[in-house]
Amino acid sequence: MDRVILHSDLNSFYASVECLYNPDIRDKPVAVCGSQSTRHGIVLARNLIAKKFGVKTGDTVREAIDKCPCLVVVPPDYERYLRFSVLARDVYKRYTDLVEMFGIDECWLDVTESTRLFGSGEKIAHEIRNTIKEELGITVSVGVSFNKIFAKLGSDIKKPDAVTVIDRENYKNKVWKLPVQDLLYVGKSTCRKLYNIGIYTIGDLACAPVKLLSRHLGKWGETLWLFANGYDETPVQKTDNQPIIKSIGNSFTTPRDLQNNEDVKILLFVLSDSVAERLRRHNLRGRTVQISIRDSELMTIERQAPMENYTYTSLEIARKAYEIFLKSWDWHKNIRLLGVRVTDLITADTGIQLSLIDENRRVKRELLEKSIDSIRARFGHYSVQRALLLLDNRLNANPAEDHVIHPVCYFR
Amino acid sequence: MRKVFVDVVVKFTKDGQKIPLTVIWEDGKRFQIDKVTDVRRAASLKVGGQGMRYRCRINGKETFLWLEDDRWFVEAK
Repeated sequence: MDRVILHSDLNSFYASVECLYNPDIRDKPVAVCGSQSTRHGIVLARNLIAKKFGVKTGDTVREAIDKCPCLVVVPPDYERYLRFSVLARDVYKRYTDLVEMFGIDECWLDVTESTRLFGSGEKIAHEIRNTIKEELGITVSVGVSFNKIFAKLGSDIKKPDAVTVIDRENYKNKVWKLPVQDLLYVGKSTCRKLYNIGIYTIGDLACAPVKLLSRHLGKWGETLWLFANGYDETPVQKTDNQPIIKSIGNSFTTPRDLQNNEDVKILLFVLSDSVAERLRRHNLRGRTVQISIRDSELMTIERQAPMENYTYTSLEIARKAYEIFLKSWDWHKNIRLLGVRVTDLITADTGIQLSLIDENRRVKRELLEKSIDSIRARFGHYSVQRALLLLDNRLNANPAEDHVIHPVCYFR
Repeated sequence: MRKVFVDVVVKFTKDGQKIPLTVIWEDGKRFQIDKVTDVRRAASLKVGGQGMRYRCRINGKETFLWLEDDRWFVEAK
C-alpha cells in the first residue's frame, strides 16, 4: 500500500502572525524585516498583498520599499513565531506521531496508519487546514502525496489556505510541468547545469537517462532523478520538538563589512565560542569544521576540513576555522557574513584517541571553557570576554542566545 | 473593536482546570460569570489575539473571554 504523506506549510508565516495580532495592517502590504541598523535589513516574510507588488523574501528593505512605497515594515518577534510553530505541531499530532519539522513553518506528516481512523489523506488535510485557521488564526497550504518530495511540491501549488493532492494518476500532469528549480535541492548552480543539458522541467528531469544526470551532477543526479519520478522513499522522521542534531553552527551578518584577516579572526572566535558552548550544552563533540563566507555581493561559499580529534573547545574550532579561511579567501571582495559549523558529531562521553604530548593541555582547555560556561550562566554572556574582542566590540555578539532558529537538512 | 485586557477572578481546580468567575472591567465594574459553556483554543481575528477561548454567559448574554499566555482579554466595542 502507498504511504500517505502530508506536507503542511504555514503561509507567509511571520507576516501572517503579525497581521493576526495587528488587524489594522491586515489589508495593507506587510513585510517582516530584520533591523536595518545592524544590517539584518532584509525581508524575512511578506503577506500576499506585498507579494503582488513584487516584494520578495530576501529583498533588502530599501528594495522592498522601492517596489512598494506604502509597505508596512514590522520587526520580527521570534518568540511568538516559535509559540505558533509549536501550536501548529500540536494540531498535527492529533492525527499522527510521525511529524517531522522542516524549518519553523513546515512539517511533514505520515498519516498512512491514521487513515483508518480519520479518513483519507485529503480529508485529514482539510481538517488540519480548518483547525489551524480557527485555533491559530493563520492559514496553511497542505500537499498530500505518496512521498515527501511530491507532498512538498503539492503544498506550493495552491496557496494560501488550500489542499493539493498529488497521486499516482495525476502526478505527471501536476508535477512534471513544474520548472525544475521547484524541486527540493535544485538550487542556482544545479539549475544552471540542468539547463545546460536541456532540462527545464521536473518532467524533463524524470525522463532523462540517469547516466547523463550522473555524469553532470555526480551522485546528486541520481537522487534528483529519483525525486522527480516519485521514487523517494525517505521516511518521515519523528522529530518532536528536539530534532536529532547532525551539526551545530552559527552565522552572523556583521554590522560593517569585514575588510581584513584581523576582522575575520575576531568574528570566527565569537562564532566558535558560541558553537562550542552549544556543543557542550548538548553534550557533543565534533570533528569537522565548516565555514561559510558571504561577500558584499551576497555570493556565498562553503569550505570544510577535519580537525585532529573530536572536540568541544572553541579554541580548537576557531583555529581550524581560521586556517580554512586563510586557505580559501583571497580578499577579492569584502565580507558581509561569516558562519562556523561543526559536524561529524559524537556524544561527548564517547572514548576518543588521547594524545601522548598534548593531553594535559587539552584537559586544561576543556576545564577552562567549562568554567567560562558556568561564569556566563551566573553573570551573563558578556561577563567574560576574549581580549581579542576589544579590538572591535561591534563585531561582538552572543549568537548562542540571539538566534533561536537554525536551518535544517532534508537528509538526516 | 478593540482588545481590552481585563482582571479576572479565577478558580484553579484541583485537577488543573482554570475557571473564570468574575471579570473586572476597565472602570472597576464587576461582572459575574454565570456559566462557562465551552473552552477551546481559538484566534480572535476581530481584535488580534490567540489563546484559550472561554465562552461565558454573563447576565444571560454570551461573551468570549480569552486567556492569552498569562493575560485575559475580551473583544470590546
